[in-house]
Amino acid sequence: MLEVRDLRKEFQPLSGQPVVALGSVSFRVEAGQFVSIVGPSGCGKSTLLQCIAGLSRPTAGRVLLHGREVTGPPEGLILLFQEYNKSLMAWRSVLRNVRFGLENRAGMGRAEMDAEARRYIDLVGLKGFEAHYPWELSGGMQQRVAIARALVRHPEVLLMDEPFGSLDALTRIELEDALLRLWESLRATILFVTHDIEEAVYLSDRVYVLSHRPSQVIEEIEVKLERPRNQLTTREDPRFIGARHHIFELISKEMAKA
Amino acid sequence: MTRESRWTGFGFLALLVLLWEAAGQYGWVHKLFFPPATKILASFLQIVVSGEVLGHVGVSLWRAGLGYALAALVAITLGVLMGYWRPVYEAFEVVVELLRALPPPAIIPVAIVFLGIGDQMKVFIILFSCAFPILVNTMDGVRSVDPVLIRTARTFGLAQASLVWKVVLPAASPFIMTGLRIALAIALILVVISEMVGATSGIGYFILDSQRSFRIPQMYAGMLVLALLGYGLNRCFLLLDARLMAWHKGLTARQR
Ligand SMILES: Nc1ncnc2c1ncn2[C@@H]1O[C@H](COP(=O)(O)OP(=O)(O)OP(=O)(O)O)[C@@H](O)[C@H]1O
Ligand SMILES: [Mg+2]
Repeated sequence: MLEVRDLRKEFQPLSGQPVVALGSVSFRVEAGQFVSIVGPSGCGKSTLLQCIAGLSRPTAGRVLLHGREVTGPPEGLILLFQEYNKSLMAWRSVLRNVRFGLENRAGMGRAEMDAEARRYIDLVGLKGFEAHYPWELSGGMQQRVAIARALVRHPEVLLMDEPFGSLDALTRIELEDALLRLWESLRATILFVTHDIEEAVYLSDRVYVLSHRPSQVIEEIEVKLERPRNQLTTREDPRFIGARHHIFELISKEMAKA
Repeated sequence: MTRESRWTGFGFLALLVLLWEAAGQYGWVHKLFFPPATKILASFLQIVVSGEVLGHVGVSLWRAGLGYALAALVAITLGVLMGYWRPVYEAFEVVVELLRALPPPAIIPVAIVFLGIGDQMKVFIILFSCAFPILVNTMDGVRSVDPVLIRTARTFGLAQASLVWKVVLPAASPFIMTGLRIALAIALILVVISEMVGATSGIGYFILDSQRSFRIPQMYAGMLVLALLGYGLNRCFLLLDARLMAWHKGLTARQR
């Protein structure tokens, strides 16, 4: 469904040699899957997502969605930015931020949009904060707003860039499980970038490991753990621990090269 | 400003008025050129109650308001275009920088040649001089919009026009408000100057005419009207700003 072929991205810094962020990245994601990408910091994960979202032109290679090449932001695909706090509109309340996810769609009245937005605000656990402004919320609550705004649109594909990276452990656990529940009920396809190996294994059907810059996919790991997953039992499963070890070793080797 | 400090301010003002009064009464200054405060106040009451000055104020407000509104419309539009699209910026930059360097009163002679000494000339001069602070601030505001915000709007499928309307403009609005506040003061300055150059109405004309016909207390009373007008307009602007930009004040307070 989503296919990345030999993607290469170079940046020309203000001074010095060009930086090759993505060397040659190829992988595919099947419809309805939860796929994670892990890799060392600075290997080009955010760059990769921006190329897939049609917000940045690759230097070479192609992104195909349903067999069609992505040249601009495709309909039905939403990117959640790593800098989620900057992606919220400080002049809009929580309700109106979430409603933004529906606004440029034809055929929905204001009242209908508001009702739908409220439903998703509930689903991410922000009931009662509809009238608050993003800057009145904690980091974790802001991330919930960003997630609600993306999901309210029922995207076919959701790209998430280290969404839980800056959250405390408890909030993170809560949001991981909330995300899995929503993913199962919406049947969306999720491509999830993280630097947390355990998180990648816990959430995903499949994990792609990226090498150090210039990056490429060095391994593809199928995660054959039952769903629904459980924060305690899943993480104690020998297959979980095995996958975690394996990925950890791969990444350690990559970090050593840097 | 706290209530106490405002009272201190009024107290100081009262002291100055008393001093002025005494200087006139005791002949410390030339009584003809510095009439005592009570005479000025009496004249002030007279021109307000008789309605004589209100007509002039109305005319000035109309000219300033029209010039200001047109300037806001033109400058915000151009500022967004210049801030958002590099080619537009490159095309307009030199012209804008050159015109901006002109002190506004310098264009009065030109405006008179082309537009005469009627309202058109005055509105044009106000438009011209208010446009630049609004333009420059709008441009800065648009440039400072976080790229993440723009990319977010794009991933949600917004076309350029609605992206500008729904994201760029509101995100740049604190800067635009700054430009509008600066321009408000400029509009008042220029309406008075242009009415002193050639007019038969307006508060600027009223003050100049009082001086020419040697009604000195009335001249000061006219200045008092102008001061109150400027003060009132600025306060109205600040009230509006506090309401519309409450989100921005909250945001910056949080970031600090
Ligand atoms: N606009 C840019 N101009 C120049 N270089 C850039 C630009 N954007 C990214 N890079 C470079 O590309 C590389 C990959 O950046 P990217 O943000 O994609 O990494 P990342 O894998 O997301 O890192 P992290 O895990 O820290 O978020 C970095 O070395 C960075 O310096
Ligand atoms: Mg990143």
